[in-house]
Amino acid sequence: MITLTDRGLYCEAGDFFIDPWGPAGCAVITHAHADHARDGSGLYVTSREGAGVLAARLLPGAVIDPLAYGEVRVRKGVRISLHPAGHILGSAQVRVEHQGEVWVVSGDYKVEADATCAAFEPLRCHTFVTESTFGLPVYRWPRQQEVFGEIDAWWRGNQAKGKASVLFAYALGKAQRVLAGLRPDTGPVYLHGAVARMTALYRDAGVPLPPAAWAGTEAEARREDMARALVLAPPSAAGTPWLRRFGNLSTGFASGWMRIRGTRRRQAVDRGFVLSDHADWPGLLSAIRETGAETVWVTHGYRAPLVRWLTEQGLRARAVDARFEGETAESAPEEAAP
Amino acid sequence: MRAFAELYAALDATNKTSEKVEALAGYFRHAPPRDAAWAVYFLTGRRLKRLLESAKLWQWATEESGLPAWLVGECYDAVGDTAETIALLLPEGAGGAEGSLSEWVETRLLPLRDLGDAERRQILLDAWRRMDHRQRFVWNKLITGAFRVGVSQNLVTRAIAEVSGVEENAIAHRLMGDWEPTEEFAARLLSRDTRDAGVSRPYPFCLAHPYEGDLAELGPPAGWLIEWKWDGIRCQLIRRGWQTFLWSRGEELITERFPEIAGLGGLLGEGTVIDGEVTAWRGGAPLPFAQLQRRIGRKTLSARILAEAPAALIAYDLLECEGRDVRERPLEWRRARLAELVERVAAPERLILSPPAPAASWEQAALLRREARARGVEGFMLKRLGSPYRVGRKRGDWWKWKIEPYAVDCVLIYAQRGSGRRASLYTDYTFGVWDGGQLVPFAKAYSGLDDAEIRRVDAFVRRNTLERFGPVRTVKPELVFELAFEGIQESTRHKSGIAVRFPRIARWRTDKKPEEADTLETVRALLGHGPSGPGEP
Ligand SMILES: [Zn+2]
Ligand SMILES: [Zn+2]
Repeated sequence: MITLTDRGLYCEAGDFFIDPWGPAGCAVITHAHADHARDGSGLYVTSREGAGVLAARLLPGAVIDPLAYGEVRVRKGVRISLHPAGHILGSAQVRVEHQGEVWVVSGDYKVEADATCAAFEPLRCHTFVTESTFGLPVYRWPRQQEVFGEIDAWWRGNQAKGKASVLFAYALGKAQRVLAGLRPDTGPVYLHGAVARMTALYRDAGVPLPPAAWAGTEAEARREDMARALVLAPPSAAGTPWLRRFGNLSTGFASGWMRIRGTRRRQAVDRGFVLSDHADWPGLLSAIRETGAETVWVTHGYRAPLVRWLTEQGLRARAVDARFEGETAESAPEEAAP
Repeated sequence: MRAFAELYAALDATNKTSEKVEALAGYFRHAPPRDAAWAVYFLTGRRLKRLLESAKLWQWATEESGLPAWLVGECYDAVGDTAETIALLLPEGAGGAEGSLSEWVETRLLPLRDLGDAERRQILLDAWRRMDHRQRFVWNKLITGAFRVGVSQNLVTRAIAEVSGVEENAIAHRLMGDWEPTEEFAARLLSRDTRDAGVSRPYPFCLAHPYEGDLAELGPPAGWLIEWKWDGIRCQLIRRGWQTFLWSRGEELITERFPEIAGLGGLLGEGTVIDGEVTAWRGGAPLPFAQLQRRIGRKTLSARILAEAPAALIAYDLLECEGRDVRERPLEWRRARLAELVERVAAPERLILSPPAPAASWEQAALLRREARARGVEGFMLKRLGSPYRVGRKRGDWWKWKIEPYAVDCVLIYAQRGSGRRASLYTDYTFGVWDGGQLVPFAKAYSGLDDAEIRRVDAFVRRNTLERFGPVRTVKPELVFELAFEGIQESTRHKSGIAVRFPRIARWRTDKKPEEADTLETVRALLGHGPSGPGEP
């Protein structure tokens, strides 16, 4: 029912692509990260929660058809619906049903709760297309409350030393999740411009977030409280002159890749916080199990090991290429990332 | 064990020296003496050898994880470090690691050497099940013996000096040479009584930074001692308690490898320490470094080797004289005492006073430097007159001013994974030069690229692997690099027939195609400029 073409996953019966790699007629978009949402398609179908963010990331004038989670669109007899993926605001799994056969394309997902987006919804299907960004057993996430506690302790420690705390996090999704997890009474929070833009869209969509000001203006005006502040910035700001305005500072990076010491040290940040918007190894396995799918397509990440593991568990599994890799250990391309 | 794992995490979390020292001092302030002794032992890079074969470690970790071996292998491929992979693979332990570091080391780690496999396995599983992944990582590191945290002996010294209130020099001295991590050692280490130097113990070496600026900024050359920089093994020759010790800079006792130098000990006064360079030497000139290497490489010295590669000590400095530490005396004073001593010993082929280079001006020195290769030296040492003999690598008083390195363009042909921080990247390279239409391996190099370049080469290696032999990948011959090195010699042990010293990547020649790399013939032509052997200046 769905095939892999030179432009990505395509449903011929319904004549639409899911997260196409280039311009297409109809594009169903799992979420607004750049490796999933590309410019140039005629029509974009995406979740209602994610429509605002998607519009902001595409060229002006893109035509977007927003769908409520669970609402069904029928195209040429194919039933399409979107269901929460728990990855970022508006992220969706795409459920496709045709003549009794059900496919689910996960996009990026995590199974852990997230205060800034709807919780991952397990769906039954015949074929499940799963991501595998962290598809190795060494990737196991600590509880997020623990990580937020570590961030807060680091922040307070920096305050005691008179240093600003600059925390790198992907501008769309991760930064807002971190913001929601910060303890507002610890100190003031400032945002890099890229983070501020995305945060405004989250607020527009009704996600409750603690107050945080754009670092561009207020930071300069109120420099005296920088030593108590936490600044959220995209990873691309690391090592740039933009950081100079904060004076003496300590840097941190919130990402699943921080689980590995070598990656953490190569990022040349003072602290790594293991916080990911993707499923860890146990999360991937439980999500796959709950779909009841007999066939699993694996994309985006550690495809080969996960395929071999699933095959050994008696499932039909195959690796599916992804044109645009999302988050990889070595590249931390700012917003384009997760 | 918990406190030590926390110390490791704190050291690992910062690149700033002051914060590392602070973390170390915080640990030493509260650690029981036995723990402190073990911590110093591990932090200064000492290791417990042969506790457990790594195959067993992998086998038991794999069983405990319940995962197939191939998947554990994939994990290792992503992480690149045994101790860390095992720490991350297993679910978080329940209890944490109560008990002191010394208890863990003495009652669990050390016994691993002699116990049967069933008991060893039980010790490991018990530890793994109790620890969280951070503690487990440190524990595994102690077992595999690859405990590195980016802490130099220098930092440990500073932290202990801070905690004990004893000056750094004395602490550094206590940390040198042979010692056992006992409670008594810890007490001695922290003691305020500084009349304790062990009989065999060398002083910390004073090291120099390379000089890259304008020489005129150093002031008139009359304020400096300009010495040749000899290419040998930096050593301290110690005579104390009617015994003789020869220590290398790598803190190895090598007295027995150099009987002719050890023999000098009896000619020195009681309480004498000389800093110098051991070289192979004959007829008033150094022999190529390869000759010296023949002496290091073997356990027993045949009469033939002793005759073919006799060793000498080129004396640079005098650190102890008549049992007194004279490192604080000005350089001229120490040199004068050293000169008297060398003259008294009168063994001109065994103990040589490092000759000053005859340079009255910096211009003249620059001219002389061009002859350095022909003289078999690496360049100059510049030492400020009036300066004390310092501890470690400090800027200002001592500089090394090396000759321009040789440079050759060559092609990347094999790659292997690095270690430590770079364990998951391909960072160890073998380079080839052309010989009749083929690339012959010519040198290995590990350093010289920045992080971004390393990542690009790593990506290239992964995409362009032609063959794998164990950890080594043969890659498509495409990338050209300029290699710099200090010396070049004929070698029968190398395929190319050539061995180079201190090769490193000078730059990535993205502007060059592999065909444009150098040939073995052009490399061999450099041989003529090497040290010219006995009899010549
Ligand atoms: Zn993605
Ligand atoms: Zn994503």
